[in-house]
Amino acid sequence: MKPFLSIEKLTQRFPDGQGGQLTVFEDATFGVEKGEFVVILGHSGCGKSTIMNILAGLADPTSGVVVMDGQEVKGPSLDRGVVFQNYSLLPWLSTLKNVTFGVAARHPEWTKAQVTEHATKFLGMVGLEGDVIHRKPSQLSGGMRQRVSIARAFANHPKLLLLDEPFGALDALTRGTIQDELLKIWGGTEQTVFMITHDIDEAILLADRILLMTNGPFARVAESVEITIPRPRSRTEIVEHPNYYAIRNHLVQFLGKRSKELAGQQLTGGDTNRPEAVRIDRTTPTDEPEERRLALRAVNT
Amino acid sequence: MQQLSLNARAALLSVLLLISGLVVWEIAIPSQQAVGELTEYEKLSGVGAPRAGVPPPSQVIVKAWEELSDPFYDAGPNDKGIGIQIAYSIYRVLAGYLLAALIAIPLGFLIGMSPLAYKALNPFIQVLRPISPLAWMPLALFIIQDSEASAIFVIFICSIWPMLLNTAFGVAGVRSDWVNVAKTHELGPLKTAFTVILPAAAPTIVTGMRISIGIAWLVIVAAEMLVGGTGIGYYVWNEWNNLDLTSVIFSILMIGIVGMLLDALFGLLQRRVAYVE
Repeated sequence: MKPFLSIEKLTQRFPDGQGGQLTVFEDATFGVEKGEFVVILGHSGCGKSTIMNILAGLADPTSGVVVMDGQEVKGPSLDRGVVFQNYSLLPWLSTLKNVTFGVAARHPEWTKAQVTEHATKFLGMVGLEGDVIHRKPSQLSGGMRQRVSIARAFANHPKLLLLDEPFGALDALTRGTIQDELLKIWGGTEQTVFMITHDIDEAILLADRILLMTNGPFARVAESVEITIPRPRSRTEIVEHPNYYAIRNHLVQFLGKRSKELAGQQLTGGDTNRPEAVRIDRTTPTDEPEERRLALRAVNT
Repeated sequence: MQQLSLNARAALLSVLLLISGLVVWEIAIPSQQAVGELTEYEKLSGVGAPRAGVPPPSQVIVKAWEELSDPFYDAGPNDKGIGIQIAYSIYRVLAGYLLAALIAIPLGFLIGMSPLAYKALNPFIQVLRPISPLAWMPLALFIIQDSEASAIFVIFICSIWPMLLNTAFGVAGVRSDWVNVAKTHELGPLKTAFTVILPAAAPTIVTGMRISIGIAWLVIVAAEMLVGGTGIGYYVWNEWNNLDLTSVIFSILMIGIVGMLLDALFGLLQRRVAYVE
């Protein structure tokens, strides 16, 4: 059976400006299950953002398809919400209006009062209440702006939420708080999330599964690393977990060394481009029964 | 002096400059000698005849008071109040200007959205734009056969370019992130144009409108000098023919004041649509 979101043999080529072609990635094939939080990690230029744009429907792949919930992804849709790195709030609208803008687009049949109430509720969930919601985005800090953007995305209940390096422009402390906010708001939903980041610790804190990309050109999704740390997670506790550093070391090794070594390997036969599943678990002896180990996989608690 | 705000000090300095300017002007005009003080020779050589000279400010102020206390009198084709003349000019400016806006803003939108339309129309714009609007006057008079409509056409043709170019520039420069927000929210093309692109480009568009209204007001004076009949431009020329320099100076001042008010109006609009990124 196909996963909820299935990326099949996705290839993206751009003209390289000298008459030739630059292949960003080729035959990328992977899936995301419903309710799963998947993070994609890789160096700049490996085509993460391109994959994101294709999933959002803002760009078309050279070949290959994306199927979500049995339907091929063609063009942007309210079913796929996006949080952009630079917040993408409309600066001439107030904070509240930026959220109602999205809610009204999703529910054209709602009354103004319903739309406002729904938007206010979701702004409250990311900690924005009172006078603040009537301010313009330019009067908010970077962290607050990204909260508005997150509230706008969650308020629309998209089938798939795409986060494009949402915390990339924030300082480390603010990033931490908003990661917690994101975990909190996500924890209460069955929201499927696909996120791009550069930050390994952020990826481990948030993800059920991390997809690792090799360097471009001819980048590919080489590994799919399961995060075997139970939820709910908090940043102070997960570092104590025996799996934390094992997973972290694996990711660092991959990004530091193997992403280069594996780069540019053109594989023949698209099916072999499926990422290799990696599971690192120091908590259970390997001879334990399969069910026991699966129980530790905490998706969505 | 120190406790006054910068604005108050600036206002004080302005008033001081105005007064000293008026005083210098007043003193610089030689007062005409009374006829009784002239010698026989001077009388014979015509020195005593009233000369048309630049009037002192005191006369201009008296004239202004007269005109402004009854701005809307109408005593025949060549004797109308300043209010009526200015109203004619403003009517022509607004008619030509609004026509231009009606065409320039939608067309600018199209050019801004479509690189094809931009490339196709750009050569025409580049050739037509630098033409002095008054150069169109003979052609307009010949084709339209109506001086009133020709004046409006001249205003139309001079105010269309800044609005067209600024709208195209503003629309083309809308950040792709904002357009992507519209796309991911499944907004249709019309809804995107009105809820995202228009407010995003509004500051640039209004700047173009402000430049246009300024140019239109500059051009209307010259256009009315040519077509005649009514309007502040005609009034200036008519008073020059009457050698009434006091009225000429007064109307020059009025042209400046109306132009300033028009500009201030668009300045207000500009502040309303401005946003900080």
